Amino acid sequence: MHARTASPPRVDPAIEVRGLMKRYADVVAVNGVDLEIRSGECFGLLGPNGAGKTTTIEILEGLTRPDAGDVRVLGERWTGGPDRALRERLGIQLQETKLQEKVSVLETLELFRSFYSRGPTPDEVIKRVALEEKRNAWVVKLSGGQRQRLSLACALVNDPEILFLDEPTTGLDPQSRRQLWDLIESFREHGGTTLLTTHYMDEAERLCDRVAIMDHGRVIALGTPAELIASLGAENVVEFSIEGALEFAGVERLPSVRQARREAAGFALIVGEPHVAIPELLAELARQRVTLQRLTTHHATLEDVFVSMTGRTLRDE
Amino acid sequence: MSERRGVALSPLWQLTRVRMFGFLREPEAVFWVFAFPVLMALALGIAFRTSGPPRSRVGVLEGPGAAAVIKALEVSPDLECIRVAPEEADAALRRGRVAVLVRPGTSGRPVLTFDPSRAETRLAQLATVEALERAAGRRDVVGVTLDTRVRAGSRYIDFLIPGLIGLNLLGTGMWGIGFPIATARQQKLLKRMLATPMRRSDYLLSHMLARLVWLAMEVAAVLGFGMLVFGVQVRGSWLAFALVCLLGAFSFSALGLLVASRARTIEAVSGLMNVTMLPMWLLSGSFFSADRFPSYMQWFVQALPLTAVNNALRAITNEGAGLVAVSVPIGIVVAWGVASFFAALAIFRWE
Repeated sequence: MHARTASPPRVDPAIEVRGLMKRYADVVAVNGVDLEIRSGECFGLLGPNGAGKTTTIEILEGLTRPDAGDVRVLGERWTGGPDRALRERLGIQLQETKLQEKVSVLETLELFRSFYSRGPTPDEVIKRVALEEKRNAWVVKLSGGQRQRLSLACALVNDPEILFLDEPTTGLDPQSRRQLWDLIESFREHGGTTLLTTHYMDEAERLCDRVAIMDHGRVIALGTPAELIASLGAENVVEFSIEGALEFAGVERLPSVRQARREAAGFALIVGEPHVAIPELLAELARQRVTLQRLTTHHATLEDVFVSMTGRTLRDE
Repeated sequence: MSERRGVALSPLWQLTRVRMFGFLREPEAVFWVFAFPVLMALALGIAFRTSGPPRSRVGVLEGPGAAAVIKALEVSPDLECIRVAPEEADAALRRGRVAVLVRPGTSGRPVLTFDPSRAETRLAQLATVEALERAAGRRDVVGVTLDTRVRAGSRYIDFLIPGLIGLNLLGTGMWGIGFPIATARQQKLLKRMLATPMRRSDYLLSHMLARLVWLAMEVAAVLGFGMLVFGVQVRGSWLAFALVCLLGAFSFSALGLLVASRARTIEAVSGLMNVTMLPMWLLSGSFFSADRFPSYMQWFVQALPLTAVNNALRAITNEGAGLVAVSVPIGIVVAWGVASFFAALAIFRWE
């Protein structure tokens, strides 16, 4: 990794957003979002499809004009003009950009590098995203994970201060996802600020210092992943399904159960101590004379936070 | 760390280079630009080679007197005679199997049936009347001398090659610009580029510059083919010829830019391209002279940029015109180019 040259003084917060609004025809995509992203942190916008994540990030990237609200990126406001000085300092990866197919990895990076006045050489970036073997291969010959790494490399050619990533690992296999996560973590370790959107809770938990959960164009929860999970009041989730009719109130009252909800294929309880709650649950089911079909338990995740706040899962369309 | 600047790192050069790869690495694109017009020139050149106009077919209705009529007509070098059965007569005329139908008729007064609105049927009719009258004893009174030497640059292929070059300039200018822009917009590559400090003018200019690289090659392919195979010549100024090609290419590229400036999809841009190009294909005199259109249409036909390019190229290759002689069509081409470019710049959908 190379040293940053002549970095401007660090601006904190890196991104500041107040009262952001964006309406498309009859849909309100972003409905009053306030955010403050600190310099050097990895910040995640988590939410289902259609929550307004992409619209929000594209407004912050200066690619979409908001209807209302104030946006400052590195202390600067988008003017609607070319804003070349600000763009020099940002790295942007869009959701699903198709790079020109019959152009090699090296040629693609040479093109993107030419737009910036400073930054590493294309070969240095190729090494950083581990595409040395594909240096002279056409984009069309790359796997999904390799293309995504090239797309990330295009966002890194100017050694940006802020990296914007829109759904960086959507549709990738587990190994490719881990490779990208390593790259994003390494960018953060070298002092860069990252803003990413995702609908994968595990991605947000692993990468993000702080997460804003979005739904219907609003931020419905904000905090570190640990804080958000702690907001459930307990750290474990017990899911079960049964045969027969359950008197729900009987389950809600059980010791150590903080929350109980119905799910598509059964019930979920958020519990403080599974070793207390599970024997009580089994006893209650026996008392109600219903047969247990399935019982699983896991550590609470951001998905559980989202479900407990909205009653829907992140993957709901 | 690299701080070296220069041509290799110039965004305009990089954009142009990648744009060129986008074309040169697509075999289909290369075929359409180079092979297609050459094959078309070959096919049309062979079909219309200068062995004089083909003989006209005259149908003679079977019946009494037919043999005498056929004997009279066979003398004519312009006519080819066939016998037609009465029940086939209508169909033969309708389908154009015969240009003129002769009914020998009674008392040696034949009746000619033909369509007077078509030049070749009129020609056949005149030749038929001539042959019949001559057989009956008509004599020439004036004594006309016929000079049948073919003038240089007056063959159909001489007419066709400049028209094909013009057509090709239009086609590659439009498709070569409109298609990649619509693709980049549809696949969000345009948006990705805008997320960089790239200059918008560099982006648009790179499309036009990349266009020039194969301009020289495509003109050379068609013209070289015409010169080698059919002996076509550029009789006028080569400089004027090159300038018309260059300005034509720029003008059509700007038109392509304009057509692609708003379209969100390949389908939309294809439709708009065809709507723009079709009138010029038909009216601008690439395959036959635009003078054939009635006078009330001429102001429109002559104002089209392809008509201007074709007229200028033909004047240079066939009539030996220089730069000054083609200044009016050059003016028309430049006006189209400048107007299209600025209109495109004003309404371009960057998103």
